[in-house]
Amino acid sequence: MPAEETRLRITEQDGVTRIEFLDRNILDEASIQRIGEEITDIIDNSSDPKLLINFSQVDHMSSAALGTLITIHHKIRNRSGELRLANIDPQIQEVFSITKLDRIFTIHEDVDDAMKAFG
Amino acid sequence: MSASVHIPNDRPRIDQLWGDIEAAMQVHGYAAASVFAVRLALEEAMTNAFKHGLKDLPEGTPITVDYTITDARVSIAVEDPGPGFDPDDVPDPTAEENLTRPGGRGLLLIRSYMTHAEFKNQGRRLEMVYERPD
Repeated sequence: MPAEETRLRITEQDGVTRIEFLDRNILDEASIQRIGEEITDIIDNSSDPKLLINFSQVDHMSSAALGTLITIHHKIRNRSGELRLANIDPQIQEVFSITKLDRIFTIHEDVDDAMKAFG
Repeated sequence: MSASVHIPNDRPRIDQLWGDIEAAMQVHGYAAASVFAVRLALEEAMTNAFKHGLKDLPEGTPITVDYTITDARVSIAVEDPGPGFDPDDVPDPTAEENLTRPGGRGLLLIRSYMTHAEFKNQGRRLEMVYERPD
């Protein structure tokens, strides 16, 4: 797999950038860094970023991936944008709960629910 | 099943190690939730060893992973040849003031998902046990 290949599927709908992970496992440090850079580019190129990250494909993720999500959360907040997460597997939801990050992120059951919630 | 593996920070090699452990867990009939727990803990332990334990050592320096899988438990030890550290110095990532820090959650997850986790050899070796739930 080429190093520069995207690990994200990115689409636009109703002013919201929808991001879906292509990998089932978000564990590899280099991949996590690349994902962070790609999403940062999206945020930096928007004055009012509205991002929906869809976890429907994800089976495993590491604390390093959580760290990247927090960095993304900060960047979006600094630009007065919105970040919503959706379709998180119950086992991964538990990881958010243990780390208390379910208090930081806005997590929706599915994409439709998240899309309706954007202002 | 028992094995001891010297492994560098190389994703295909890490995935191969995990594939061996996962296959052994399946042979012993562990549920998907148990496999998830052990994988999470192993990934976090190896990341800590590569990122912090080997920080000042030459690239490609391997860590050692010892594991034993039985019907009753999965025992895994991850050891690095670095200078060690004091595990008591790691701040609580769930404290209000640390909640939005990007790092520092690996150890919390290891302790949450494994039945037992203990540092030895001045923090260079992390011994973890996952007991099969009743």
